[in-house]
Amino acid sequence: MAKEEKKETLLQRLGESQVWKSIIRSGVPRNRRQRMYAVLGNVFLHLHPARLPKHAVKIGYTWCMGGLSFFLFVVLTITGILLMFYYRPTVEYAYTDIIDLTEQVPLGIMRELHRWGAHAMVLTVWLHMLRVFMTGSYKPPREFNWGVGVLLMTLTMFLSFTGYLLPWDQLAIWAVTVGTNMARAHPFIGHEGPGASLLAIGDINLVHMGSDVRFALLGGRFVGEATLLRFYVLHCIAVPFIAMIFMAVHFWRIRKDGGISGPL
Amino acid sequence: MSYIKSFIDFLSAPTISFTLLTVAFPFIFPPSDYFEKKNRQWGVYKLWTNAGGFWVFVLITLFFIVGYFDPHFNLTMTKPDNIPIILMIYSMYFLTWLGMKKAYANDERLDRGEKPEEWNDPDDKVLVWPDLVYIELIALILFMVALIVWSILIPAPLEEPANPAATPNPSKAPWYFLGLQEMLVYFDPWLAGIVFPMFIIFGMMAIPYMDVNKKGEGYYSFKERRVGYFIFMYGWLVLWVFLIIIGTFFRGPNWNFFGPFEWWDPHKVVPLTNVNLSEYVWVKLLNKGLPVNIIARESVGFVAVIGYLFIMPILLAKTKLKHLYDHYGPVRYATLMLFGLTMFALPIKMYLRWMFNLKYIVAIPEWFFNI
Ligand code: HEM
Repeated sequence: MAKEEKKETLLQRLGESQVWKSIIRSGVPRNRRQRMYAVLGNVFLHLHPARLPKHAVKIGYTWCMGGLSFFLFVVLTITGILLMFYYRPTVEYAYTDIIDLTEQVPLGIMRELHRWGAHAMVLTVWLHMLRVFMTGSYKPPREFNWGVGVLLMTLTMFLSFTGYLLPWDQLAIWAVTVGTNMARAHPFIGHEGPGASLLAIGDINLVHMGSDVRFALLGGRFVGEATLLRFYVLHCIAVPFIAMIFMAVHFWRIRKDGGISGPL
Repeated sequence: MSYIKSFIDFLSAPTISFTLLTVAFPFIFPPSDYFEKKNRQWGVYKLWTNAGGFWVFVLITLFFIVGYFDPHFNLTMTKPDNIPIILMIYSMYFLTWLGMKKAYANDERLDRGEKPEEWNDPDDKVLVWPDLVYIELIALILFMVALIVWSILIPAPLEEPANPAATPNPSKAPWYFLGLQEMLVYFDPWLAGIVFPMFIIFGMMAIPYMDVNKKGEGYYSFKERRVGYFIFMYGWLVLWVFLIIIGTFFRGPNWNFFGPFEWWDPHKVVPLTNVNLSEYVWVKLLNKGLPVNIIARESVGFVAVIGYLFIMPILLAKTKLKHLYDHYGPVRYATLMLFGLTMFALPIKMYLRWMFNLKYIVAIPEWFFNI
């Protein structure tokens, strides 16, 4: 016994130590049982089942796109938090803070990581959807999860859209102006939408420029200070919060629907 | 070279390129035996072989290389925010190619009575640790490296400070919404900006309930699902992805069309001679003035829209599509028709505009109700 123990490397000894075992519950996974336990006993890894059919771990099957979408979401959360340290959502400061982000802040590529990451996430989500379609994985019992996915895609695009305004440059306000101008044509609740004039008491229009859905979105009649704050809160808190809930449901349902799809 | 360039400019006009794509589409994703036969006969399926994929890749790349050295296309192409679209073109093409290639391979296996390539003995499973975890780790590291390199090489764009008084021309939405902005050419904002996006979201969510074909779940396949494939791919690749490409690269000042190698002339004048359906009927056909009563004036348009969306499906359910109706039942059939016909309303309206300069089918600007 004593002789064998001496052959263990330092790493192996560490793996058997009380501290290590208290953190990583399984110890160093060596045999089949321990490897399964490594997945089950870890809060992050146990999103996965312990064992999978062979095709499910192939890149050629899933293209890794769902996983990469989630990974990008995490990257965006982290870089986003770092950006929030510097950025102030007011008309006075927003633009100059963005300039400072590249010029004053050490390792000034946080903004790039965040922006390109956001574009990439829209892409990976689209490609993930394409993969799910092509493998027919939306068919029963996964209909509901496809629906959750569609909502996640909508939220991803809305996240990207709300973030687009924050640099407060020409690109930002005009892209958002073009986008939110749609809202004024919303049937019934937009002031230039069909049916809006029906919502009136006598001569008084209930839906007008200062009360319609676009006004609610912008916090004003045009893209201005209040819009910037609104989009900031939507972008940093509200939409990520909702997206996170849907992602939790999405991942839970993948497991509950019998794991990754495959031929019977 | 300049001949080729003006030829490409000519081809890219939505009227031409959209028509070419639409006509070619059933041959590329054949939804019926007839198209399947032509697909084989003309060798269209070779698109999904290695050689086919390679040549399309070369073509796309050549286009971008030529474009890069063209003074006009260079301006559009190298805008930092347009780089994701170039990535989109490549990745969307590559993964469609890969999926179709696998689908064709599986189709052949199924024809031979074998199981699809993805099939494994259910008892022969692999462990997530380490077999999946290390793949995830590698994917994650490679992706992060790519993202960091991209971020170092290309600075995020920042234009002049916001100025509500200076409207840029053209004003474009973010690239992923340019398909919707392109629809604005043909439909009013309440449709293109509100109703259609809602229909897209709910229509997509309804797909699993409308597609009752049980086959092809969990593996790449085409033949068993060809009708569903055709409809989805047309909506996705043509009506969404392709419209984004048009909106990004081919729409210049005043949202006028410009070929990729054309100069974005802000003073380009495009005659607007669009005519409403009611004017066509009352003024041109019947030689009368427009009726004062709005409903009477637009009655033709209403009949057309209601006929297309509601009467036609009912008639079809009794005749040509009876088997579909019997198979689907009333609720499913109605859902499929509503979403399907709304989707195909877009190309229909595009062609009505291009061929007859038709502005609105129903035009009631008094109520902001134009279709
Ligand atoms: C923020 C966006 C999303 C994230 C983070 C996400 C994440 C994931 C992950 C990690 C998987 C596991 C398999 C894989 O990697 O492919 C998955 C599966 C799945 N996703 Fe998503 N997804 C997102 C959006 C979507 C969208 C837009 C759709 C469809 C419209 C969708 C539908 C599905 C379905 C049906 C499955 C099960 C696939 C199967 O069993 O083969 N998801 N998702």
